[in-house]
Amino acid sequence: VREDRDPVAFVDRRLGASKAMRAALRYVFPDHWSFLLGEIALYAFVVLLATGTYLALFYSPSEAMTIWHGPYAPLDGEQVTHAYASVLDLSFKTPAGLLMRQTHHWAALVFLVAIVLHLFRIFFTGAFRRPRELNYMIGVTLLGVAILEGYVGYSLLDDLLSGMGLAIGYGATLSIPFVGGPLGFLIWGAQFPGSEAFFSRLFIAHVFILPALIGTLIAVHLAMIIRPHHTQFPGPGRTEKNVVGTPMWPGYALRSLGWFAFVAGLLFALGGLIQINPIWQWGPFEPWIGENGAQPDWFLGWLIGGLRLMPPLEIHVFGRTIVPNPFFGGLLFPTVVFGVLYAWPWLEQKLITKDRREHHLLDRPRDNPRRTAFAAAFLTWVGSVFLAGSADRMFLGFGLSYELQVEVFRALVWILPVIVYVVTHRVCRELRESEREPLTSPPVAVRDPG
Amino acid sequence: VKRLIALLVWLWALLRGRRAGPPPPRPPAPDPRHVETGGPAWGAPLAAALLVLAGAALAAFGVLVVVDPDTQLLGATIAGGLFALAAAFVVLASFVAPRETHVEERPTLDDPEDRRETEQVLASAGEGVSRRKLLAGAAGVTGVGLVAAAGLPITALGPSPGDATTDTPWHRGRRLVDEQGIPIKADDIGPGSFMTAFPEGADKRELGSPVVVVQVDPSTLDLPKGREDWAPEGLMAYSKICTHASCAVSLFRHPLDERHSDGPALVCPCHYSTFDVRRGAKVIFGPAGRPLPQLPLLIAPNRELRAGGPFSGSIGPAWFRTEHPS
Repeated sequence: VREDRDPVAFVDRRLGASKAMRAALRYVFPDHWSFLLGEIALYAFVVLLATGTYLALFYSPSEAMTIWHGPYAPLDGEQVTHAYASVLDLSFKTPAGLLMRQTHHWAALVFLVAIVLHLFRIFFTGAFRRPRELNYMIGVTLLGVAILEGYVGYSLLDDLLSGMGLAIGYGATLSIPFVGGPLGFLIWGAQFPGSEAFFSRLFIAHVFILPALIGTLIAVHLAMIIRPHHTQFPGPGRTEKNVVGTPMWPGYALRSLGWFAFVAGLLFALGGLIQINPIWQWGPFEPWIGENGAQPDWFLGWLIGGLRLMPPLEIHVFGRTIVPNPFFGGLLFPTVVFGVLYAWPWLEQKLITKDRREHHLLDRPRDNPRRTAFAAAFLTWVGSVFLAGSADRMFLGFGLSYELQVEVFRALVWILPVIVYVVTHRVCRELRESEREPLTSPPVAVRDPG
Repeated sequence: VKRLIALLVWLWALLRGRRAGPPPPRPPAPDPRHVETGGPAWGAPLAAALLVLAGAALAAFGVLVVVDPDTQLLGATIAGGLFALAAAFVVLASFVAPRETHVEERPTLDDPEDRRETEQVLASAGEGVSRRKLLAGAAGVTGVGLVAAAGLPITALGPSPGDATTDTPWHRGRRLVDEQGIPIKADDIGPGSFMTAFPEGADKRELGSPVVVVQVDPSTLDLPKGREDWAPEGLMAYSKICTHASCAVSLFRHPLDERHSDGPALVCPCHYSTFDVRRGAKVIFGPAGRPLPQLPLLIAPNRELRAGGPFSGSIGPAWFRTEHPS
């Protein structure tokens, strides 16, 4: 290459970056499939940005009324809001509009699945230990913001389901002790269903404020891992002081690009071939309309479970409602879940391991039975509340009495985690013991005949 | 003899292994570093074919958007193109480009020497500075001002709730109309049916507007004290907005045979709060913390339904100022 045409020389003369670039190109990533879970989340986010940008070019965040005309006969000539009409237009008239909308929705679901599975990997292997506690907390924050972003996103459509979701959000906001009422009126701009400005606020939150926050947190999340590098599982030649695996260039870059193309392809295949959230079937929202069997997107299932399971308890003093009921299932429950997630690295250090050292080699789940048992029990607690949220579906599917299911779940959500803790702890210990005394052939000592 | 020695050594090892805790140190692992270049002859042509296929499918997607945007076809072409691209990258990574396992040393994160120097640099800012407390206090005042300047404008976003949850369009004499604005008559409703009604001329979207009207056998009524004349002919109206989380209470469970099932009740489809209509919408199941507010009804001489007064309590989900009926 002639020197004046050499791109590396061009960059180097202007940025002096070739040393840093070489380090980046030879940066080593450990080889384990579970490290790809976080990447799925990253690639789903890229697909969300791309499809979301397309959708934002057509969406209209207005609650003003209009008459919709279009090829879907049951709604042709109906009076609906501009927001709902613009999504109908997007679905029925805009080229590739339905593909982009459905891909966007699928990508949101996969984004959150990937984040949660990534969290499991981090939690069960102790990857959150020093020096990665702060980055772990950024990851937990990302999970929370992503859930909020997903909720705001499907609220924008202004169909019956999203309106019911917003009504519940309003009820939950009002239930915050003391400040709930004024806060709800600030967010909605008036009493539910809100002022003219409310949908503009939802829109700017969904397409700018929250995605900018998520993008920034992702950037920080990735930047903070560069210096300590990734963790790795123990194995031949792997120590606390090195990282063994595939360098960024060319091996890891090629593999990651392939993984990106696969994830994007899968999301577009889902979006093109499998219908999701057919808002024309639910119809437009009005505050006096509701529908049974309604379920939110999966990442809110645990919250609807919490709201539905809660007994009719409210705390009132002198006839004033200090703690309205939705606070317990809709706000206190997720606060406790996120509080435990945030605090876990420090809790574990204080209560279980007493270990403040740096760790770059991962635990297998069995290596720390108490952590693994706690994680399994915690997961069971949240998971059984999640299941309780779909009790109405189980009633439809299996004819189990809804009331009976709720009564049973109210007990199970406390009993199951205890059982799971005890069983998991025992299994981990057995697994560890069986390694110390292998049941297979005994060690053979061979003497050097010379 | 050799066998005997081996056996003794094995027994010794077995006993020792059982008794002594720490296992013998592992032999040093071989260096995991390796590089593999070259590959099968079909690698590069296959990757090239997949790249071309990906390009063709993606181009087809672009053309289809313009020519014939059928959702399934669009999804199949763009997904097919991306899958082909993914396969091309996998072939390149696994069979064409060098496959390496590399070892990188991790940097030391906390170097005490380094840290001391940093701390010195930080501390150097205070050299020769007098009246530090005064400066810190003044900076604190600026901080409070900044927070106020950045935070207080938030109050412009919405009004204070005021009486919004108790002040509804309903007052004595206001007619009940249906969604089209047509007045509702007592005979439009029968036992087991229910209707959504609104105050005539009011904004239907206001939370204080919608009510459900149901009818039960008057002899079975067990309304709270003071509501004796609120349900003429067993007709009752309750706020349609759930007192739990503001969904529309849009299900009416009316038993065909009460010997085998529970009495008539309104049910909210969001979290299945269930309200006994005969007992003033008392909560009999689910999470709601207080009954649905009841609207007293009157039957006018022309049989039209009218409100007999305002609701029995504040409507919609509870907040701090919601009075709890006890």
